[in-house]
Amino acid sequence: MAEEKEEKGKYTTVSIPTPLAEKIKKRIEGTGFNSISSYVTYVLRELLASMEEEEKEEVFSKEDEEKIKERLRALGYLD
Amino acid sequence: MPAPHGGKLIYRVNRNKDIDDMDSIEISKELAHDIENIAFGVFSPLEGFLCREDFEHVLHHMRLQNDLPWTIPIVFDLEGNEFKEGDEVLLKAENGMLATFAIEEIYDYNKKEYAEKVFKTTDIQHPGVKKVMDMKNKLAGGKIELVKEGRENFEKYYLKPYETRILFKEKGWREIVAFQTRNVPHLGHEYVQKTALTFVDGIFINPIIGKKKKGDFKDEVILKAYDALIQHYYLKDRAVLAILRTEMRYAGPREAIFHAIVRKNFGCTHFIVGRDHAGVGNYYGPYEAQEIFREFPDLGITPIFFKSFFYCKKCGGVVNEKICPHDKEHHIYYSGTAIRKMIQNGEIPPETMMRKEVAEIVMSYENPFVE
Repeated sequence: MAEEKEEKGKYTTVSIPTPLAEKIKKRIEGTGFNSISSYVTYVLRELLASMEEEEKEEVFSKEDEEKIKERLRALGYLD
Repeated sequence: MPAPHGGKLIYRVNRNKDIDDMDSIEISKELAHDIENIAFGVFSPLEGFLCREDFEHVLHHMRLQNDLPWTIPIVFDLEGNEFKEGDEVLLKAENGMLATFAIEEIYDYNKKEYAEKVFKTTDIQHPGVKKVMDMKNKLAGGKIELVKEGRENFEKYYLKPYETRILFKEKGWREIVAFQTRNVPHLGHEYVQKTALTFVDGIFINPIIGKKKKGDFKDEVILKAYDALIQHYYLKDRAVLAILRTEMRYAGPREAIFHAIVRKNFGCTHFIVGRDHAGVGNYYGPYEAQEIFREFPDLGITPIFFKSFFYCKKCGGVVNEKICPHDKEHHIYYSGTAIRKMIQNGEIPPETMMRKEVAEIVMSYENPFVE
C-alpha cells in the first residue's frame, strides 16, 4: 500500500476532452500502450524532445577552443 | 549537433581545490572511470553519484526524477559507517585519480531488486548481477569534483565530449553515427558501419576500454585492429576512433539506451544498435536492445537498427537478410564465438570473415583475449 501511494505521488492529472480520449482509446487498441495516460505521456515526451534546441555555438572561449584544436592536431585527429 | 543530454555539458573539474585536510578513501579503477566520465560530461546530466530518489526512478522508470531517460544506476557503494551525510571526502584511485565527493545522502537499497530491474535476472552467473551482489550494503549520493585525472593507457585515443564536439565541427560533420564495440572488427561490423556511414557525414567508432569478462578481446588488440581497418579501408576524413573508458555492465537493452545517451553527449546524432547489444549468455532476446528504444521518444539521438550481416557465396559479398534472396546453405555467418574459437585454435579467419590486415594484428598476439 505504501508503495502504491509513493507511486501515485509521481503522477498528476491532466484533463483532456472526452471525445479526444475516446479517439485515443480506439487508436491504442492492439498497440503496446496499455492506457490513455501512457499514450499521452509518450506523445508529450516526443513533442517536447523535438522542440529542444540544438547546442548553442560559442560554448568555449576562442582561447580554450584553440587549445583543444591544438591537442586534436597533436593527436592526429585534425590536420 | 544535438545538445548534450539534459541540455548542458557537465564539467566538474577543479584542479586547484584544497584537499589537504580531507578524509580519504581508496576506490576501484572502475569507480574512478565513472568519476572522470561524470566530470567531463560523458554522463551528462549527472553531476555525481545518484541519490535515492534518482536511483529509484532509474530502477523503476528508466528515467531520472526529472523525467530524463537514464537506465543504468551510477552509484557509489559503501558500508555506511565510514562517513556521514554532509561530509566531503577525498576519493583516491590506484591510477592517481583524485576527486572530492560531497555526500548528500546515504541510503539502503535492495540488491535483488537492483539486479532484477537492471539485468532482468538475479542469476549470479550473470557478470552484472555478480557485481551488484558483491557490492557493499549502502549507497551514497552526491556531487563530485575531479581534482586530478588518473594515468591510463591509450591516452592518444582518449577524447572528452567537449573535444569531440569541436572535432566534429571542425570536420564539418553535422550528422554523426556512433558505433559502440568491445570486439575486433569482422566484415559484418564493417558493413554495418559503412551502410550507416553512407547516410551521414562521419562515423565515431567508440570501443569500450575497461573491465570486461574473460574471453573478450584485450583492449590493445581491439584498438590496433581498428587502426588497421581504418587505415586500409576507410576515408580518413570520415572516421574517428576514440575510446570510452567504462566497464561493460552486460545489461543488454538498458545498456543500449545508456550507450546511446553517452554518444549523444559526445555530439553524435545517430547510434547503431545491432543484434544482442551489450548482451551476455542468453539473458536477452536477440533484438530486445532494439525494441526498448520504442519506449524513449525523447532520447535525442536516433537509433539505427541492423540485423546481422553475413557473407553469401552466391551473391559474392556481404549482405543481410533484407537484400539476399539465397538459401542459408550459401551463407557464412559472422559468429563472434566461431571467430574466437578459430583464433584460439591458431586458424587465421578467412577473408570472407575478416580483413587480412585485421586478422594479422589479432594473430600476432600469443593470447588476444582477456584472461
